[in-house]
Amino acid sequence: MFKIIERTMIVPNLHLLVVHAPDVVQEMQPGQFVIVHSGEGAERIPLTAADWDKETGYLTIVFMEVGTSTNKLAELKPGDVIPTVVGPLGRPAAIENFGTVICIGGCFGMGSIYPVVKALKEKGNTVITVMEGRSKNLLYWEDKLSKYSDRLIKITRDGSYGYKGHIKKADDLIREIGIVPDRVIANGCTTLSYKTSKEYAHYDIPVIVTLNTIMIDGTGMCGVCRCSVDGKMKFACVDGPHFDGRLVDWEELSKRRQQYIGEEAFLVHHSGCGGR
Amino acid sequence: MGKLNLNRVEMPKQAYFIRRRNFDEVALGYTTEMAIEEAKRCLDCKKPLCVEGCPVEIDIPGFIRRIAAEDFAGAIKTLKEKNCLPAVCGRVCPQEEQCEIKCILEKKGAPVAIGRLERFAAEWEAAQATMDMPEIKEKTGKKVLVIGSGPAGITVAGDLILAGHDVSMFEALHEPGGVLTYGIPEFRLPGRIVRREIDYLIKLGVKLVNNYVVGKTRSLSKLLEEYDAIFLGTGAGLPWFMEIPGENLNGVYSANEYLTRVNLMRGYQYPKAYTPVIRHKRVAVVGGGNVAMDCARTALRLGAEEVYIVYRRSQKELPARLEEFENAEEEGVIFHFLTLPEKLIGDENGWLKEIECSKMELGEPDASGRRRPIRIDGSEFIMPMDACIVAIGNSPNPIIPDTTPELEMSRKGTIVVDEATGKTSIDRVWAGGDIVTGAATVILAMGAGRKAARAMHEFLVG
Ligand SMILES: Cc1cc2nc3c(=O)[nH]c(=O)nc-3n(C[C@H](O)[C@H](O)[C@H](O)COP(=O)(O)OP(=O)(O)OC[C@H]3O[C@@H](n4cnc5c(N)ncnc54)[C@H](O)[C@@H]3O)c2cc1C
Ligand SMILES: Cc1cc2nc3c(=O)[nH]c(=O)nc-3n(C[C@H](O)[C@H](O)[C@H](O)COP(=O)(O)OP(=O)(O)OC[C@H]3O[C@@H](n4cnc5c(N)ncnc54)[C@H](O)[C@@H]3O)c2cc1C
Ligand code: SF4
Ligand code: SF4
Ligand code: FES
Repeated sequence: MFKIIERTMIVPNLHLLVVHAPDVVQEMQPGQFVIVHSGEGAERIPLTAADWDKETGYLTIVFMEVGTSTNKLAELKPGDVIPTVVGPLGRPAAIENFGTVICIGGCFGMGSIYPVVKALKEKGNTVITVMEGRSKNLLYWEDKLSKYSDRLIKITRDGSYGYKGHIKKADDLIREIGIVPDRVIANGCTTLSYKTSKEYAHYDIPVIVTLNTIMIDGTGMCGVCRCSVDGKMKFACVDGPHFDGRLVDWEELSKRRQQYIGEEAFLVHHSGCGGR
Repeated sequence: MGKLNLNRVEMPKQAYFIRRRNFDEVALGYTTEMAIEEAKRCLDCKKPLCVEGCPVEIDIPGFIRRIAAEDFAGAIKTLKEKNCLPAVCGRVCPQEEQCEIKCILEKKGAPVAIGRLERFAAEWEAAQATMDMPEIKEKTGKKVLVIGSGPAGITVAGDLILAGHDVSMFEALHEPGGVLTYGIPEFRLPGRIVRREIDYLIKLGVKLVNNYVVGKTRSLSKLLEEYDAIFLGTGAGLPWFMEIPGENLNGVYSANEYLTRVNLMRGYQYPKAYTPVIRHKRVAVVGGGNVAMDCARTALRLGAEEVYIVYRRSQKELPARLEEFENAEEEGVIFHFLTLPEKLIGDENGWLKEIECSKMELGEPDASGRRRPIRIDGSEFIMPMDACIVAIGNSPNPIIPDTTPELEMSRKGTIVVDEATGKTSIDRVWAGGDIVTGAATVILAMGAGRKAARAMHEFLVG
């Protein structure tokens, strides 16, 4: 059983969850995820580790309330327990001295990209972090991210904070920072990953995105997380979730993600993130 | 000795038109009278050939003799000397090609129903108010870790805890049992039976830890610092696909996904359970083994109107148990033999719409000894279908090998072990079951577990 230490809504629809999972955090690396299952009958859902502390055994997750299982997680209170937090799963994000790296986080991705930003900085990279949201009140962790970023750029769709726009046009951004980066990394919803992949495709640099496929076991057993990358079948839970977005079959991915919408329609509660 | 009795006592089943729409167990088991009557048919052979057919060499005439004499406690004791999961094996062992095919009465067309009697004895024991607890040897102080809680792991854990060692068992999923829990459906092996066996292990003192993925949560080499000996029973859990166009369409599943949604995640109770299962109308299952039969029969129970098995060889080569083939056919599954899917075709929203297949004919025998299927040119035809379940096999789960480079593996991705002991290339590590053999059977996994447990025990006390 895993004890909930904290659960708060940090911005509308996004929750911070801290859970005591000492075994899970010992070998955790940036970019890895856990699968959470909140009891008999519930779904197993993948969520990225946004922060952790090996000493206390605390694992921090930022999640967006989108459907049945995340609604249930949003009802948890400190002291409650959930039966399953399993991980770390997936391959870690590649952390090397690449040179200059742009790290883009949108919705839950502002949280989940934090360990990547931190590790890249510690490896000596020049890290340009981009936070992206609909409006000022949807941005969070600015202080945490800025601590490990050489530059922190904020973008809101309504212009209420930082630059105005969706994912800022890559060309504008690169003109602004004055250097073509060696790598781009994006965390967040599928729209963000997709748009980032397209926007940066012509720079001939890796555009690493995480794919939010449907998952069940997270160990390579069921195959529901399969996707096509560079024309080959990959399992996002064991081969990913980080792939070069330029090689991903996005149309297939987004269709596969819609599989259960018909089934879950009566359970869904719209989040208003704008993107999926 | 009287006249040979060739009237095999049939086991009652749910009628096909009722069971095809529910998840309750199909076969209902013998009553006491039936069991005694069937047991009396056994000739108690001096040289029992049946025993040679059982991979764990159960004293078959011994336990059957006790059933005939109404000494049911004695029967279960005899069984458990060799097999710690008689309730499971009595149900799912391919008896018709193991113990029963060797029975002397098989030549007369009516082998003793060994599996059904085994099941009866196990159920008798479960119905008793108290279960005899076996004697546990004096504690040795040695720590053993069993990785994976399928039949191989269960056997090792059971044997080594009785031998006095400290045993922990780590399982990646949130429920133990391996394929017995996430794969084989409720109507063939009810979950309560597997849970009963696991509870028994816990009562004996095995420490079960779910939600622990060895190779991820902790590496094997780290765990070797904590444990004196480790057993790997991680199974064959990586699904194969056909590598034909359209396999990532919506409505296309691996057998593992389909069965896991329904069994482990309790999808058959959806929407009471939250993991959705789509109730497709026309379902094709590709493959011909037990797994394919289980998927087809599950689809029927979820309300499908038409369910097809698409198999590239003929009925004669069908690897599934005969009993399960007959059950499936009776329930209304439609068989397309000598048929090979070539292409899965989708609609504009990415959902499967139809399957293009070719007809096949059988040529010369191949390496497996079965006649090789050959495509008949120009025989393509289309089957309209809204779901396709791929049940063509699994390879071993690669998580531990991938994170343990020093572990010697075969080209097929199985762990290489010493045949007699199950010892791997790494010091203090043994392995057995599907991770070593590739997808096989429950009883073979248990047999491998028993062998490894013996070797591990010798190592630990030696
Ligand atoms: C490797 C990996 C890491 C992930 N990390 C995180 C994380 O750190 N934080 C986080 O919030 N989510 C993360 N996700 C996504 C998360 O797993 C899903 O949001 C979650 O499974 C939804 O479950 P649910 O039962 O609440 O919603 P469901 O009932 O399954 O879905 C409800 C509806 O919401 C839609 N939907 C599902 N996911 C999203 C989404 N991400 N955005 C918008 N709409 C969606 C569905 O299509 C459906 O229509 C990750 C996914 C993967 C594969
Ligand atoms: C649908 C289906 C029907 C079948 N029907 C029959 C039948 O009728 N008769 C028959 O004899 N056989 C049948 N089989 C085959 C039989 O179930 C298997 O041969 C047997 O279960 C293998 O046992 P095992 O202990 O080796 O592995 P498994 O039962 O596969 O168990 C392995 C366990 O290890 C866990 N694991 C894997 N990796 C890790 C890790 N890194 N860390 C921790 N845990 C891990 C897995 O989650 C799993 O629980 C069937 C199989 C399937 C899929
Ligand atoms: S364990 Fe299987 S093979 Fe052995 S006697 Fe029982 S049913 Fe037959
Ligand atoms: S071979 Fe048949 S008849 Fe002889 S002991 Fe075995 S089960 Fe009984
Ligand atoms: S989630 Fe099941 S194989 Fe990836």
